[in-house]
Amino acid sequence: MSPEHAPVVEAVGLGRDFTVREGRFPRRRRRTVSAVRDVDLTVHPGEIVGYLGPNGAGKSSTMKMLTGILTPTSGRVRVTGLDPSRERTRLASRIGVVFGQRTSLWWDLPLWDSLALTRHLYRVPADDHARRLAELTGVLELGPFLSTPVRQLSLGQRMRGDLAAALLHGPRLLVLDEPTIGLDVVSKSTIREFLLRLNAREGTTILLTTHDLGDVERLCERVVVVDRGGIAYDGGLDGLRASVPAPRVLVVDLAAPAPPIEVPGGHCTRVEGPRQWLELSANPARVISEVAGAHEVVDLTLREPGIESVVAALYRAGSPSAV
Amino acid sequence: MRVYPAVFALGLRRYSAYRAATFAGLLTNCVFGVINALVLLALFAVRPQINGYDSGDAVTQVFVAQSLIAAVAVMGPPLDLDERVRSGAVATDLLRPVSLTAWWLFDDLGRAAFQLLFRSVPTFGVGALLFDLRLPDCALRWTAVLASFALAVVVSFGLRYLYALSGFWLLDTRGVWAVAGLLGPVAAGMLLPLPLFPAAIGEVLRLLPWASMVQVPADVLLGKDTLPGGGVPGGLAVQAAWAVVLLALGAWTATRATRRVVVQGG
Amino acid sequence: MAETHAPAPERLAWTLRTYVRLAWTWCRALAQYPASLLLLTGMVVLASAAEMGAVAIVFGHAGTLVGFTVFEGLLVYALAATAFGCADLLMGSVERLGQHIRTGSFDAMLVRPVSPLVQLATDGFSPRRLGKVVPALAVLAVSLTVCDIDWTVSRALMLPVLLASSIALCCAVWLAASCTQFVATDAREAANSLTYGGQALTEYPLALYGRGIVRAVTFAVPLAFVSWQPALYLLDRPDPTGLPAALRWAAPAVAVLSCVLAAAAWRSGLRRYRSTGS
Repeated sequence: MSPEHAPVVEAVGLGRDFTVREGRFPRRRRRTVSAVRDVDLTVHPGEIVGYLGPNGAGKSSTMKMLTGILTPTSGRVRVTGLDPSRERTRLASRIGVVFGQRTSLWWDLPLWDSLALTRHLYRVPADDHARRLAELTGVLELGPFLSTPVRQLSLGQRMRGDLAAALLHGPRLLVLDEPTIGLDVVSKSTIREFLLRLNAREGTTILLTTHDLGDVERLCERVVVVDRGGIAYDGGLDGLRASVPAPRVLVVDLAAPAPPIEVPGGHCTRVEGPRQWLELSANPARVISEVAGAHEVVDLTLREPGIESVVAALYRAGSPSAV
Repeated sequence: MRVYPAVFALGLRRYSAYRAATFAGLLTNCVFGVINALVLLALFAVRPQINGYDSGDAVTQVFVAQSLIAAVAVMGPPLDLDERVRSGAVATDLLRPVSLTAWWLFDDLGRAAFQLLFRSVPTFGVGALLFDLRLPDCALRWTAVLASFALAVVVSFGLRYLYALSGFWLLDTRGVWAVAGLLGPVAAGMLLPLPLFPAAIGEVLRLLPWASMVQVPADVLLGKDTLPGGGVPGGLAVQAAWAVVLLALGAWTATRATRRVVVQGG
Repeated sequence: MAETHAPAPERLAWTLRTYVRLAWTWCRALAQYPASLLLLTGMVVLASAAEMGAVAIVFGHAGTLVGFTVFEGLLVYALAATAFGCADLLMGSVERLGQHIRTGSFDAMLVRPVSPLVQLATDGFSPRRLGKVVPALAVLAVSLTVCDIDWTVSRALMLPVLLASSIALCCAVWLAASCTQFVATDAREAANSLTYGGQALTEYPLALYGRGIVRAVTFAVPLAFVSWQPALYLLDRPDPTGLPAALRWAAPAVAVLSCVLAAAAWRSGLRRYRSTGS
């Protein structure tokens, strides 16, 4: 395979055990906990992959192993053909990493200085840098705050600055850990559109972990769901919906507020004045006729399960299922 | 008022979380205590008497100073109030139906109580094991020592509370701390015992509030007649006077400060 | 992006250039608040003056201490203060390792293609630390002139070598002490007992601490080569604690060995960090 088509990320049987100490001094015991178990993951050039999972599922440990911060205890991993833990420094100039909850910019320096430093640290030729900086400044609208110290930037501005710093050296792979956490709706959408454009125009491969399912629905054609260290699902977003039987919801507007409706095959989950939400476990037609028989119904809508409830159901199911 | 014991307990518990840091600090105090003590022993081997101090006095003073460093926080840390003034979070403190001064006093007393137990006592114990320290010989004098240490802690709070309140006008107390963190240890007798200073300078420094945090407690422990007023009661009186003056000044400044409430960033 | 497998000298040159570049960026950022920088520098100068004053007071009372006059004592002080001051300037920020690990900024350093040690050492690089170095150099110059030193050619040539060794040795102590924070991230003060404690110890002629301590800081933690052995060499004096005079020539070798050991401690700390992820 030519390098352009070789996988960007290739992990086979990747695992990471931690030794934890328990109890107080004389009775202290050591126990081994697997944060990541037997993860197989292949990411091809140009893909955008969402890496989802509840807190403590091993997402950040996996990201740390892919970026060379953490050494795996088992398995084999190659990122852009390099072994991250052995060739961390070489790998660093091929990938861009953004941790959403903490900045990799220099806190007390103006953003411009951080970006200029990045050029030297990554040894980007001056004219390449100037071109890319101009481009990123335009797209991410960095202009107004380039000379502001990073600590004074808003979260959204800082995240844009972080993205610029991670992309100035033209990485093949962009690893994002919670890129939209804590951002307002406008900033979130700016960043999502930017990432889509980056992926489309430059073919940059993007691997992101997120809790924001809006990110997933807008950005990812492929999602990987991890739970308790192992992979619970790997495939398209549609497949994910089909794989987990998440209930459909019937929204009923009654003529007047009423106590929560309970009918065979319909269970009330939420009441807001005259409006009620019924989780369906049977044929909607039957439930509708039951409800209409007992109450005066003004309006009805049937909602397909959102990606949120699908993922929630997947986490609840626990054990690795449909792959 | 049950709230103040609770605030005290909160301050105490907050510090007990840093076990490694406490041990590390203890180690540092012991190392510096031993170094300073050996230097002074060498000096007093050549000059057995300097301004009423002999080698035993000097070594004891050194270990009192190292024992009290954490409890009186001459070189920091600042009160958490400094950061709350800077960030504007102090606005929520002002909404509480309790006195700002009393709240922070009890919080800081909790911190100091922890430091006295887990830094001062072990440091002094190590000093007593390694060197021949001058210790009081009766319960009454030990009571005086305890009172003196407690007053040192209150004086320390009084000073640091004023530093923190200066933040209402200066917006940032780091400059104040840069100066205080330098002059404090010298004036307190932490760098060198004050009797080693030229007599005139030493006399002036003894009367300033910083001396009430280290030099005066050390002299109370040693039962020195060089204390103001010629003995232990005079020393305690000077400390108590500074404690009252600083607290009163702090309370007054606090009302001025809250009236102007320049809440940053809020 | 250049992914070079450059030869070692070239890599070293690039690392040094990166160091200077990072340090310079920090200086420029701090220079935007000149008043604050001047105030802080002034405070550092005053703190140095206070320390020096303490040494002067002790020697002033004693006349001579373990055979050292006031100016000979100040020579010892100045050698220690210069070495630790320079080490603090070059490597002092390394002591914030634990804080970087706790806040996650250390991970950010690990995903850049530059040695994390260089990034750590330059983080918050501040010219205010020159406030320690400059007064120390001034006292050094004065005491070198005032003390009765037999300025032979070899002595004149050895002076810069000894200074460089002392600085390298102090950098090694600083780094090795900070590496303990890989194990206990909030134990910064434990490192301080070695760094600042080491400085306090070496500011006085070591003989006054007694033979046991002198032997410990000669053979276990070689702080004796920071100021004591160089001072004995410059003043051409026999060791009052009875150690062989040949030791004073060992300073450069001790410095190199300490740097190697400190580098090994750093590497093993980094390996440990990357296998525990803390």
